[in-house]
Amino acid sequence: MKTFKIGGVHPAENKLSAGKAIETLALPRQAVFPLSQHIGAPATPLVKKGDTVKAGTKIAEAGGFVSAPIYSSVSGKVNKIDTVIDASGYRKPAIYIDVEGDEWEESIDRSTTLIKECDLTPEEIVARIKEAGIVGMGGACFPTHVKLTPPPGCKAECIIVNAVECEPYLTADHRLMLEKPDEILVGVSILMKAAKVNRAYIAIENNKPDAIRLLSDKAANYPGIEVVPLKVKYPQGGEKQLIDAVISRQVPAPPALPINVGAIVQNVGTVYAVYEAVQKHKPLFERIVTVTGKSLKNPSNFLTRMGTPMSQLIEAAGGLPEDTGKVIGGGPMMGKALMNTDVPICKGSSGVLLMNEKEAKRTAPQPCIRCAKCVSVCPMGLEPYLLATSSARGDWERVEHEMIMSCIECGSCQFTCPSHRPILDNIRLGKGKVGAIIRARNTKK
Amino acid sequence: MNLILIAVISLGAIGLVSAVILYAASKKFAVYEDPRIAQVAEVLPQANCGGCGYPGCSGFAAACVKAGSLEGKLCPVGGQPTMEKVADILGLKAEVSEPKVAVVRCNGTCANRPKLTQYDGVRSCVVAHSTYGGETGCFFGCLGCGDCVSACQFDAIHMNPETGLPEVDETKCTACGACAKACPRNIIEIRPKGKNNRRVYVQCVNKDKGAVARKACTAACIGCGKCVKVCPFEAITLENNLAYIDPAKCKSCRKCEMECPQGAIIAINFPPRKAKQETENPQTMANQPEVEPLKQQIK
Amino acid sequence: MTLLSIVMANKLIISLSPHIHSGDSVQKNMYGVLIALIPALLVSFFAFGLGALIVTLTSVAACLFFEWAITKYILKREQTTIMDGSAALTGVLLAFNLPSNLPVWIIIIGALVAIGVGKMTFGGLGCNPFNPALIGRVFLLISFPVQMTSWPQAGQWGAYLDAETGATPLALMKQAIKTGDASVLSDLPSSLSLLIGIPDSCQMGAGCLGEISAGALLLGLIYMLWKKIISWHIPVSILATVFVFSGLMHLANPVYASPIQQLFTGGLMLGAIFMATDYVTSPMSHKGMIIYGIAIGFLTVVIRTFGAYPEGMSFAILIMNAFTPLINTYCKPKRYGEVLKK
Repeated sequence: MKTFKIGGVHPAENKLSAGKAIETLALPRQAVFPLSQHIGAPATPLVKKGDTVKAGTKIAEAGGFVSAPIYSSVSGKVNKIDTVIDASGYRKPAIYIDVEGDEWEESIDRSTTLIKECDLTPEEIVARIKEAGIVGMGGACFPTHVKLTPPPGCKAECIIVNAVECEPYLTADHRLMLEKPDEILVGVSILMKAAKVNRAYIAIENNKPDAIRLLSDKAANYPGIEVVPLKVKYPQGGEKQLIDAVISRQVPAPPALPINVGAIVQNVGTVYAVYEAVQKHKPLFERIVTVTGKSLKNPSNFLTRMGTPMSQLIEAAGGLPEDTGKVIGGGPMMGKALMNTDVPICKGSSGVLLMNEKEAKRTAPQPCIRCAKCVSVCPMGLEPYLLATSSARGDWERVEHEMIMSCIECGSCQFTCPSHRPILDNIRLGKGKVGAIIRARNTKK
Repeated sequence: MNLILIAVISLGAIGLVSAVILYAASKKFAVYEDPRIAQVAEVLPQANCGGCGYPGCSGFAAACVKAGSLEGKLCPVGGQPTMEKVADILGLKAEVSEPKVAVVRCNGTCANRPKLTQYDGVRSCVVAHSTYGGETGCFFGCLGCGDCVSACQFDAIHMNPETGLPEVDETKCTACGACAKACPRNIIEIRPKGKNNRRVYVQCVNKDKGAVARKACTAACIGCGKCVKVCPFEAITLENNLAYIDPAKCKSCRKCEMECPQGAIIAINFPPRKAKQETENPQTMANQPEVEPLKQQIK
Repeated sequence: MTLLSIVMANKLIISLSPHIHSGDSVQKNMYGVLIALIPALLVSFFAFGLGALIVTLTSVAACLFFEWAITKYILKREQTTIMDGSAALTGVLLAFNLPSNLPVWIIIIGALVAIGVGKMTFGGLGCNPFNPALIGRVFLLISFPVQMTSWPQAGQWGAYLDAETGATPLALMKQAIKTGDASVLSDLPSSLSLLIGIPDSCQMGAGCLGEISAGALLLGLIYMLWKKIISWHIPVSILATVFVFSGLMHLANPVYASPIQQLFTGGLMLGAIFMATDYVTSPMSHKGMIIYGIAIGFLTVVIRTFGAYPEGMSFAILIMNAFTPLINTYCKPKRYGEVLKK
């Protein structure tokens, strides 16, 4: 069984909603679209208060090359352009739309028939992906068209589809694979064409045997696509770990990118969005979101319109349990704790996880006993204990030398620390500072 | 006897050879340093706080000697007396500088600013600031983890457990600026102490729109602009829904303090007002002007 | 709106990811090591009877007391750390390094040095550069050489201070080297009896509490590896180095004891499994752990063969403890992506 070579941990999987088919969530009364749902420049609004929009109407234009446009997921009237508290925990500009009916743009093909053939040129495909506002849907939200446009001197050799879903609790990608296997495979073929490669791997963690079987059977009909089962180990779905596991190559330290070793990694949700955008002319305004938690009555997977407040998903899954201590956008290892349940679903929201107060509270830290467990689990081969203490001390030169910028913030170190030390909090602090120092140095040059 | 003689001679020889080597080395590797640098460094407080903008006291001393004038150079810790001593040593003239002090521009006490969430990460403002907006609805105000307290080398800033805010001890504060640098939200400002230690400033840094700011904190500046209108010296500017009083222009007339509907402008070390004025003051006016900022927003 | 009001009632907790924890803790690790020590403890009670019981209890109690007293009255910390198991572990390990006829007052001095000097002066758990139990043992060895090197023989159940003493296998080995007479080595107990810890003739089973049974210590190693309390790198590299190095010496000159005898005698197993693997004082990277283990194994054989003391394990570990920060600086774990760097 293939896996990445260094470190890794085994958190309890807790895939509570794995057996639940995807349900379509009811429309919200008001949808909120933050203007920065992706890495890069925030989008610039194209609508103003009082404008009428349909589902699929472009409401904000990309703010640069590394950026993405935003589409309305509902039909109705623009209520206001104001701020909303998003997953970052700060108020960010957003477009509020009051929902009236459910009218879609005529150009969108709403039929469910599978369209296999695609006779667009690679450039046309990339243009369509860019226009549809597709970003990495695994959580990082990096604009997809940027990944498909390799920098000069680099050549893509293969596409790796990230269907690992190594985060505990989340099942959105798993359900998507079971319910839309053909669409995903067509999507992969389109991406292969766009990136001008003839090989693609769909990497799936071994705890989803049904998805592996289904996709392997169907992949036989699609040339060049191979399903790769991977060992269950966190963070198998980390971009760099995945490349190591699937094609046994390691991406050099930043600023090198996966493309430097010839790989383009795309989340399986993104692949499905690419299929819909290219074959069905449907921009990205819906996604599958897992709503889960141990005390939640009915953990589910919902097909959700963007901009729906999380409270509506929680309500549909049985209501907010009284003992809720933490609401997390994303999985438990890398997700963000949210300030309230009104945060809207964005392009990168893969899940909503509720934790009760006891689970959510951190245990008081004890002194570091130098057990080296963080060193042995770090998938990047770093020394988290050293990075954390040096960052807390403010020794930026040292942490830069110790390759703090390679940290992928997977959280394995803090997860495993017997002293319950806030290792990753401090590493993030150091990463932020060192990143700023490096940027300042580069602009000086 | 022989043994003693041998010991004396050999030790003496070793001593002599070493002395010659040391002498040669001290001549050959000698680095000339202006003796005045050491003299200047001696009168500096040796706190090495970096408040002057140079790396430590010796760095500042070297810079003073090298520059040949004391223009724009100030040891914030030693203040005017120290700079005069430095000027004496160098035969220069000390610039007249205004004594300064750190002020905390946030009045989001536990009573003024109710907590909405509970922060459970590292007790560090920088980490909390990067995590999210903070425990209260105000995303600009003090996070209360005390980075400024640990940055202060003079024991001049402390957290008040009742308000959850840091308080500056004026007698100890040297205005070195370490706390201002440590604060991730730029809440602490180094301001001139003012005549008789009296100064007026806006005790808020919230840039949200009025309604949002007021909902988060009852003492927030809502950007209504009343203070700007009332100021006879054009010392107050309003930017991003936040008023700022320019200390260079402010004449400490305290008109703005009375005008502010939120009580966000404070004047300290002033004698108490006469009874007549006090009746117009905050309570009666606090509720009245709510309509106005809303009107402004709609515009 | 009802939803919102519930959220407002019990404030949501905010912290950065990860939001879950493996459930591992310092206590679990420390008590895990203590559990791994149980087989060896039982063998020592069986071999030395009352004396072993008194020494162990005194040592543990004294270590706990000094830890509590120092955190409370000298460091003035609010929380005492005696419940984390580290002081108890130091106590058991110290006892394992002592002969079973040692007077109580010497044990208490040893515990004071171990906890007071070896651990708390550096700031307590996690800050000590040297293994506290070994600091205690070496202090006693140098201060009370007579008491510390008269080893009661196994099998005297009711004896404590009055136990009859005898030569340890290591002393015999030393004697063989000194006299150059390899026939002395034939008096050594068989490897099997050293492994089990119950000597066949009750003649040669003398030594410290913890070094009597290599087999019981190996059981502890297996338990700790199974529970993932330690990794294999340090014990395996020490044992392999000792085996290879002493094997070469034995081949060159049979005056030196055979590698099996070297492995199963003295504190070698105890040191390799429980003392050298101490979290705080051992290197952090796997590469560093192997270098550390090889150096300890090498130094142990060198001291055993050429040094003044019959046993070299404790000195070898303490010497390498001093080198741990250096090893940490120069032995970095294998970084991801380094392969491609040119």
